[in-house]
Amino acid sequence: MSWFKRKSPGISTPTEMKREAPDGLWYQCPACKHIMHTREHKLSAYTCSACNYHEKIGSDAYFSILFDDNQFTELDSNLRSADPLQFTDTKKYPARVRATIQKTGLNDAVRVAHGRMDGVELTIACMDFNFIGGSMGSVVGEKIARGITHSLQHKIPFLMISRSGGARMMEAGFSLMQMAKTSAKLALLSEAKIPYISLLTDPTTGGVTASYAMLGDFNISEPGALIGFAGPRVIRETIGKDLPKGFQSAEFVLAHGFLDFIVDRKDLKDKLTSLLRMLQ
Amino acid sequence: MRTYLDFEKPIADLEAKLEEMKKLAEQSKMDVSEAVHSLQSRIEGLRKEIFSNLTRWQRVQLSRHPDRPYTLDYIEQMCEQFIELHGDRTVADDKAMVGGFCEMDGQTVMIIGQQKGRNTKQRQMRNFGMPNPEGYRKALRMMKLAEKFNKPIVTLIDTPGAFPGLEAEERGQGEAIARNLKEMFMLKVPVICIVIGEGASGGALGIAIGDRVLMLENTWYSVISPESCSSILWRSWNYKEQAAEALRLTAKDMLGNGLVDGIIAEPLGGAHNDYKTAAQTVKKTILSALAELQKLTPEARIDQRIEKFSGMGVFEDQ
Repeated sequence: MSWFKRKSPGISTPTEMKREAPDGLWYQCPACKHIMHTREHKLSAYTCSACNYHEKIGSDAYFSILFDDNQFTELDSNLRSADPLQFTDTKKYPARVRATIQKTGLNDAVRVAHGRMDGVELTIACMDFNFIGGSMGSVVGEKIARGITHSLQHKIPFLMISRSGGARMMEAGFSLMQMAKTSAKLALLSEAKIPYISLLTDPTTGGVTASYAMLGDFNISEPGALIGFAGPRVIRETIGKDLPKGFQSAEFVLAHGFLDFIVDRKDLKDKLTSLLRMLQ
Repeated sequence: MRTYLDFEKPIADLEAKLEEMKKLAEQSKMDVSEAVHSLQSRIEGLRKEIFSNLTRWQRVQLSRHPDRPYTLDYIEQMCEQFIELHGDRTVADDKAMVGGFCEMDGQTVMIIGQQKGRNTKQRQMRNFGMPNPEGYRKALRMMKLAEKFNKPIVTLIDTPGAFPGLEAEERGQGEAIARNLKEMFMLKVPVICIVIGEGASGGALGIAIGDRVLMLENTWYSVISPESCSSILWRSWNYKEQAAEALRLTAKDMLGNGLVDGIIAEPLGGAHNDYKTAAQTVKKTILSALAELQKLTPEARIDQRIEKFSGMGVFEDQ
C-alpha cells in the first residue's frame, strides 16, 4: 500500500535538474554510501566518518596532510616521459601521455618534494594512481632515485607513498630496470643509516611491491589497502579458485609479517613524526 | 624425435627428405653421396637464411624450445664438479631455483639459476621454472655464502615469471624479490648474470643484478611476457606477435637500449642444436668476464654496478 498514487505516468526529470546543491559540495562514500560535506571529508584526511573508508587520494592531498602548512619544495617536477621504444598499442604512447598530462595536470605518476613534518625535515615521494594506473616508467624511477639522493645528501629521512599497478608496459625493459635503479639507491640510503619509511596504499602491486615499496626500514599501510605482487585476477586464474576473503589486504599482509603497522590516515602525521623523532 | 618450431618447417621437410634418401640408398645400395651432400648444403643454407631473419616472436619461441638447455644442463657441460645446495633455511627448498658451488676451469664459482623440467613430472616438480619466495631467499642465501668465502657468483636466468600463487603471496613474493635487488647491489664478489632462456620481469630480475648482465642470442628479457602484454593492452591473447615487437625484448634490442652488457652467440639453429658448443661459449664468456672483474676492488665493482643501473631510463628534462 503506497501513500501516494502517481496520477500521470512518465514524469521524467533529468538527474542533473534534480540536483539542488552545486557540484562538489557533498562527498558520498563509495563503500557505505554515507554522505559527508567535502570540507569535513577533507578535514578527516579523506576518510569516511561512518565506516572509515580511506578514499584513494593523490600527491596533492598527501602533501597537504603531511607537510606543515602545506609548505614544500618540489623536486624535478619538469621530468616527462620520452618514448624510447616507439610503443604503440591501441594508442601511441606519447599521445597517451599527452592526454593524461592534460586530464590530470600531472607530469607523471610520482611527485617528489622536501619540507617539514611537525618540524622534522624529510623528503616525500608520492605516487598518483590516476596517471596511467600509477605505473612506473623511467620518469617515476628517476624521480624516486633523485629523491633518495636528495635525502642522502641532506641526511634527512625518506618517505615513499606507493599507489601503483606496477611497471609501465609501454617502456618495457626500461620500466623493469627502474626496479633495479631505485633498489640501488635505497641500498645506499640504508648504508648511510638514513631512515626509509614505505607507506603502501591502495593498491600497491607488481614491480612496485617487488622493489622500493617492500624495502622500507618500516613498511606501513592504511586500513583495507590491497597489497600484493601478482594481481588478484592473475592469482585466481593460476589457482582456478576464488580467493579467500581479505586476501592481499593490508591486514592480511600485516598478519603474514610484511608490514610493521597499519595506520589510520588521520593519525598518519603524528605517528610518523613520533617514529622519526625516536630515531633522531 | 626432434621438435621443430612452425617457422622451421621448411628445414624439417628437407631433413625428412634427406633421411628418406639415406634409407633408400641403403636399401638399393646405390651411391647417392653427391645428392646427399647437395641436400645437406641446401639445408645448411636454408637454416642460415631462416635464422638470420628471425622475428622477435620467433626468438621468444626459441627461448622456450622444449629441447633448449636448462640451468643444470649448462652446469653439467661447463663445470668439472658441482655440489648442489638446498633450502632457504626458512620454509622450504624451492626446486624451481637450483644452485651450489662448482669448479669451473679450476676456479670455485657459486652458480645459481631457475630450472625448468623436461617432462610433465619434472615440469611439475620444477613448477615450470617459476620460483616461490623461498626460491629467491634460497638464491640470496647462496649468494651470501659465496660472498663469505670470497667466491664469484654466476646466475643463469630462465623463468616465465615469479610464481603468482596464493602461498607465494602469503610468504611475500614481492618482498623476496625486492630484497634480492637491494642485497645484490652490495655483494662484494663479482656477479655475472646470463639470460639463457626466458627473462620475465621481476621473477628474472630477482637474480639478475650483476657487474655483467648478458643474454644468449635467442632469449628474451622484459617487463612482461608477450602473451600477458597482449591480454592487458589489447584485451586478447591473439596479439602476442605484435606485443613481442612492441616490447623490444630480444638480446639485440636490450643491448641496443643499453639495458644489458652483451650478447652471447648460439650455435646455428639455436642452443638446443648443440649443447656442448653453446655451453663452451657461455663458459668462455664467464671466464673472461671474471678475469676482468677480478682486477677491480670490491668497492669499485659495487660503485660501477650501482652506476650502471642508475643510468638506465629515458626521459625528457626540459
